[in-house]
Amino acid sequence: MEHQTFGGEVTIPHAAPGDDSKKRIWKTTLILSLITLFELGIGYLLMFTEFSSIVDMFLKGIVIILSLAKAFYIVSIFMHLGDEIRNMTMTIIVPLLLFVWFIIAFLADGVSWKNLKNEYSPNDPVQYEQKAEPVQETKEGGLK
Amino acid sequence: MAQAAAAANTKWWSGGKSPFNVEYGKLMMWYFLMSDTFTFGALLISYGTVRMSSISWPDPNVVFKSFPLAGHANLPLVFVSLMTFILIVSSVTMVLAVHEGHHGNKKGVIKWMIWTIIGGFAFLSCQAWEWTHLYHEGAWWGRNPFPNADGTISKSNFSDSFFTITGFHGFHVFSGVLINIIVTIMAWKGVFERKGHYLMIEKIGLYWHFVDLVWVFVFLFFYLV
Repeated sequence: MEHQTFGGEVTIPHAAPGDDSKKRIWKTTLILSLITLFELGIGYLLMFTEFSSIVDMFLKGIVIILSLAKAFYIVSIFMHLGDEIRNMTMTIIVPLLLFVWFIIAFLADGVSWKNLKNEYSPNDPVQYEQKAEPVQETKEGGLK
Repeated sequence: MAQAAAAANTKWWSGGKSPFNVEYGKLMMWYFLMSDTFTFGALLISYGTVRMSSISWPDPNVVFKSFPLAGHANLPLVFVSLMTFILIVSSVTMVLAVHEGHHGNKKGVIKWMIWTIIGGFAFLSCQAWEWTHLYHEGAWWGRNPFPNADGTISKSNFSDSFFTITGFHGFHVFSGVLINIIVTIMAWKGVFERKGHYLMIEKIGLYWHFVDLVWVFVFLFFYLV
């Protein structure tokens, strides 16, 4: 097997891209477009229909999961990360797990901030807005 | 497959070769993109925090309902879908440029790079139109004319995050288009042909896909949910 040399570095080429890889590109394009269309469909559904907040959250959750799927396809097929050596892939993916903590911590902080503001500073405009709202909205109004 | 098997039997850490089997510049592009992920992540998460801490928030379907030359027609989500498809398509043309690069096909690389650049410009024009339109409606940093979904008066948090995050993303697209142009000129001049490989196209390709990837999430959090 031939080795490639780039500026003194020796690397081994990935499987020679044949006609197969072009087919894979078009398949991924199709998947990405279909997911986007589906997301738009849910977007319009959310717009034109009044759902209870649980259904609303559920549909938004689906859209978020579909977006993560899109991210996966772009990174693994278009950016070829799936074809790299596992060790290298892990040095990219593992640090990103910090986001799990970031997202939970900061969003929870936002919710807590809202509740504390309502509790301790009654003259704040947030409290004024809250009065115009049904009480249960205080807990779930964040995403709407 | 024979190559894959050979790759699996290679002792990667025995020295004399790249243990990650990627060229230095490409590996560093990956690490740059990882750090950039954290930058965009920080922006998007702070947007989420502010949004969660607000009782109500402007309805994106009311804010983003216009389309160029459509007058006052109510067309929510249509324009941003167009922008999303433009970016996806330009990502595809970029993959095809990288693909041609693998085969050392100079003409193919240049052709698909030019399409990618056109896609980038199309996206930037769309964004310029949207920003101008929103500006004329009274939205800018520190100003937000759109009421909350529940009818109360909103603060400027919505427009602040919108312009900051789409602006930062647009700046990435803009730099991407510039680098694409430079790389295309280099390909046309035969720089990569002399080097014997089109790795530079792969590296800028990674950056370009990353920009598309970020848009997936901007689209999700600003326009859809």
